[in-house]
Amino acid sequence: MTTLTPENAQVIELTRKDFVSDQEVRWCPGCGDYSILAQTQKSMPDFGVPKENIVFVSGIGCSGRLPYYMNTYGFHTIHGRAPTLATGLKLANPELMVWVITGDGDALSIGGNHVLHSMRRNVDIKLIMFNNRIYGLTKGQASPTSEMGKKTKSTPAGTVDFPVQPLSIALAAEASFVARSVDTHTEHLQETLERAGHHHGSVFVEVLQNCNIFNDGAYRDFTERDVRDDRMLVLEHGKPMIFGKERDKGIRLRGLHPEIVQLGQDGVTEADLLVHDEEAADPYLAYMLSRMWWPDFPVPVGVLRRIRRPTHDRLMVGQIEDARARDGDGDLEQLLVSGETWVVD
Amino acid sequence: MTTETAPRKDINVQELERVTIRFAGDSGDGMQLTGTQFTRTAAVFGNDVSTLPDYPAEIRAPAGSLPGVSGFQISFSSADIYTPGDQPDVLVAMNPAALRTNIGDLLPGGALIVNSDAFNASNLKKAGYEASPLADGSLKQFTVFEVPISALNAGALAGLDMTSKQIDLTKNFFALGMMFWLYERSMEPTLNWIDERFSAKPVIAEGNRRALKAGYAFGETTEMFHTTYRVAPAKLAPGTYRNITGNEATALGFVTAARLAGRDLVYGSYPITPASDILHSLATYKNFGVKTFQAEDEIAAIGAAIGASYGGAMGLTASSGPGIALKSEALNLAVMVELPLVVVDVQRAGPSTGMPTKTEQADLLMAMFGRNSDSPVPIVAPATPAECFEYAIEAWRLALKYMTPVIYLSDAFLATGAEPWRVPSTADLPDISVPSHTDRATFQPYARDPQTLARPWAVPGTPGLEHRIGGLEKADVTGNVSYDPDNHHRMQMLRQQKINGIATDIAPLEAFGPAQGDLLVLGWGSTYGSIRSAVERLQAEGWSVAHAQLRHLNPLPANTEQVLRSYRKVLVPEVNLGQLSLLLRARFLIDVIGFNRVRGKPFRIIEIKQAAEELLGEMAK
Repeated sequence: MTTLTPENAQVIELTRKDFVSDQEVRWCPGCGDYSILAQTQKSMPDFGVPKENIVFVSGIGCSGRLPYYMNTYGFHTIHGRAPTLATGLKLANPELMVWVITGDGDALSIGGNHVLHSMRRNVDIKLIMFNNRIYGLTKGQASPTSEMGKKTKSTPAGTVDFPVQPLSIALAAEASFVARSVDTHTEHLQETLERAGHHHGSVFVEVLQNCNIFNDGAYRDFTERDVRDDRMLVLEHGKPMIFGKERDKGIRLRGLHPEIVQLGQDGVTEADLLVHDEEAADPYLAYMLSRMWWPDFPVPVGVLRRIRRPTHDRLMVGQIEDARARDGDGDLEQLLVSGETWVVD
Repeated sequence: MTTETAPRKDINVQELERVTIRFAGDSGDGMQLTGTQFTRTAAVFGNDVSTLPDYPAEIRAPAGSLPGVSGFQISFSSADIYTPGDQPDVLVAMNPAALRTNIGDLLPGGALIVNSDAFNASNLKKAGYEASPLADGSLKQFTVFEVPISALNAGALAGLDMTSKQIDLTKNFFALGMMFWLYERSMEPTLNWIDERFSAKPVIAEGNRRALKAGYAFGETTEMFHTTYRVAPAKLAPGTYRNITGNEATALGFVTAARLAGRDLVYGSYPITPASDILHSLATYKNFGVKTFQAEDEIAAIGAAIGASYGGAMGLTASSGPGIALKSEALNLAVMVELPLVVVDVQRAGPSTGMPTKTEQADLLMAMFGRNSDSPVPIVAPATPAECFEYAIEAWRLALKYMTPVIYLSDAFLATGAEPWRVPSTADLPDISVPSHTDRATFQPYARDPQTLARPWAVPGTPGLEHRIGGLEKADVTGNVSYDPDNHHRMQMLRQQKINGIATDIAPLEAFGPAQGDLLVLGWGSTYGSIRSAVERLQAEGWSVAHAQLRHLNPLPANTEQVLRSYRKVLVPEVNLGQLSLLLRARFLIDVIGFNRVRGKPFRIIEIKQAAEELLGEMAK
């Protein structure tokens, strides 16, 4: 294990290109995944972690190919199970920085159980879920995030399944870091990934990602440059929830419900607005934000929740250290003859 | 008896070589505990022992009902024994249901000890008896001892601050005390156990102590028993011994393997009968650095184990058949990425949920072929509870040396059965360590060791070896993703050759008996004891018969075909419908003869002996 010391400090002065592998990237031209890959590579130097200590673990789907393009350790596993391998990897070596790359089908359909449990255990993994609301690699079937009634090859009359809201699930699963960004909002995405990387504990980042082949324009209505300021809400910790090109709209709480208000109208001022608190001990505010969606509300992006909890690997190591402090390091010879023994001469 | 001063009545002492006792009662009656205590005592005394717990999957079936009967059979002997006995010589039946479900197995002339207090109208009805079997003459071929255990026990515990229910729960210790007297056993080990187990509950401890002593005293003073039985210590090889179940030996073997390999053990597991005890054992070895992870499901359990092995630890998972079925996709990933991994299958009777607490050997073909594509995985199978230790280490030796997942086939009989285990000296255990690859100049993710064909183990955290692996087909040497047709063929062949090559790196198949002859009885796994006993008897009768037990099922030892061809006929007893037979026929075109019974129970010696006699008789014609 290489740890950062003054002697090898120069080794980790890395740039994006240090994280580019020699493999040819094979996503469809125009895919949102290119941007996510680029922002991921750009964010890596920010962590000061030697690249041999970084591992990308993925499942199956278009997103699953990302580890091949990162010049770090990488493990392209099986459908939905990446969080389980990442959990075991962190148990084997808690020093590693482990990223899990997944998609809406991989994480929320076949792998839903593992997302739930890796998040609630606070396994120190950074799970990045590419949400294109479609199965892309299998050529266009409805996914668990596809909108009700969506017509796809597998649902020619429209899907009859209600979609899930990924961030609501992440919050219910007790993820200790929950955030959202957009593939094309490169600066915001890079910043979100950097904040995710600095968090210790279970990270769930949803990246709204465009599949230009099977579900083109899934988020166009609120992510396009000319409308996004009015239709998205950029969350900032400790700041009032203001949005709009003119920064003239905000979110106010009425009873238990959020509402959009116009600053300056009917005497509304910034003081009336909800103030974002990503560190709130209870998840109510974050949950409320996770339910806001265009066209009823601006779509929130940024960090919804970020709390501190002991990580799974540290708790496990702690138990082992306690046992060793109490009983001493295990003595094999003694272990084998433990219990009742008798001697035959 | 007329004298007041002679508490010891006139009794005969009879020397026996071997005794088989079955304790049977309600699943709430503590029969497993009673049997375990008797086993420990016999083992510490120096007898050879072999046990067969037989309990229902339901934790508490309705009291007194037939499905609720729990049994524990122990055979103990002054000579080497290999099985828990075909039929008990002594049956202790705590209620009518226990009598009804077990009496068919008791040897004619055997001793039947019943708790007569439990033979009331309600219990008789629940057991389906119209009239009490104690009164209708149906038990006349046995020596019946009717003991009012409940009442005697309640009397002994009178005055203690215990509820009548609590008092009733101690009656198994009364029965145990009686058996200790009958077989001249010391109460000390059990008294010590009671003190330790109930140290926080002094009243309960006292109750159990009194129950045990009262049972012993009853044996001593009653006019009922006229004989006690002496089974001398067995002449076991010199050494330090302990009594051990298969699951305990398996867990100890894995902890030992980790020490021998110099790596951490990471155990991913989801609770399942009869494998859960491995998790319970390993969870107590934290000061050995063992990390146990109770996963959300079977898939997560093996996923975590593979992730751990990728990280340089020894990833281990265990389950039973239904769980192994769930793990198959992930197991195939381990085949593709060629990482060391051990998967334990404690087989139970199936298909589907089947009979979770009963034994079977029917997962062999799943272990061989239960994955998509051609996906070779080495398979090892210990033959006795104590051997589970050695084969846990052997499984890891192969996994580490050949960079491959290995399947370890145990079964419910091995897992829960116990026998004395001669504890090895750690100095005699093999060094199974393998280095991780660190040299960047020579590193290629899928370059292979020319001898073993193992690829390098390049662990995250190692500078300069950053690389990507995954379930997609690998280009030979570089490990990059490849769809090249010729490369795929080459890789399929390489994966197969790597596993085939293990055949010369494992112990050859050994025949017990003549090196050539009329009949070879060939088994695998837990059938060892029954087969060995049957073959010994046949040999003593002068038949030309040998026994061999396969501990490696894939690949088979290199001399397997040669051994099989040294006999006119080969009989293959299996607790399945002929899985090893199928493999042997396919592989060697040898017309082996299967003997197959799937009753959820181990073979009886007599069944195998009869099957062999039939063949030997035909050949003699």
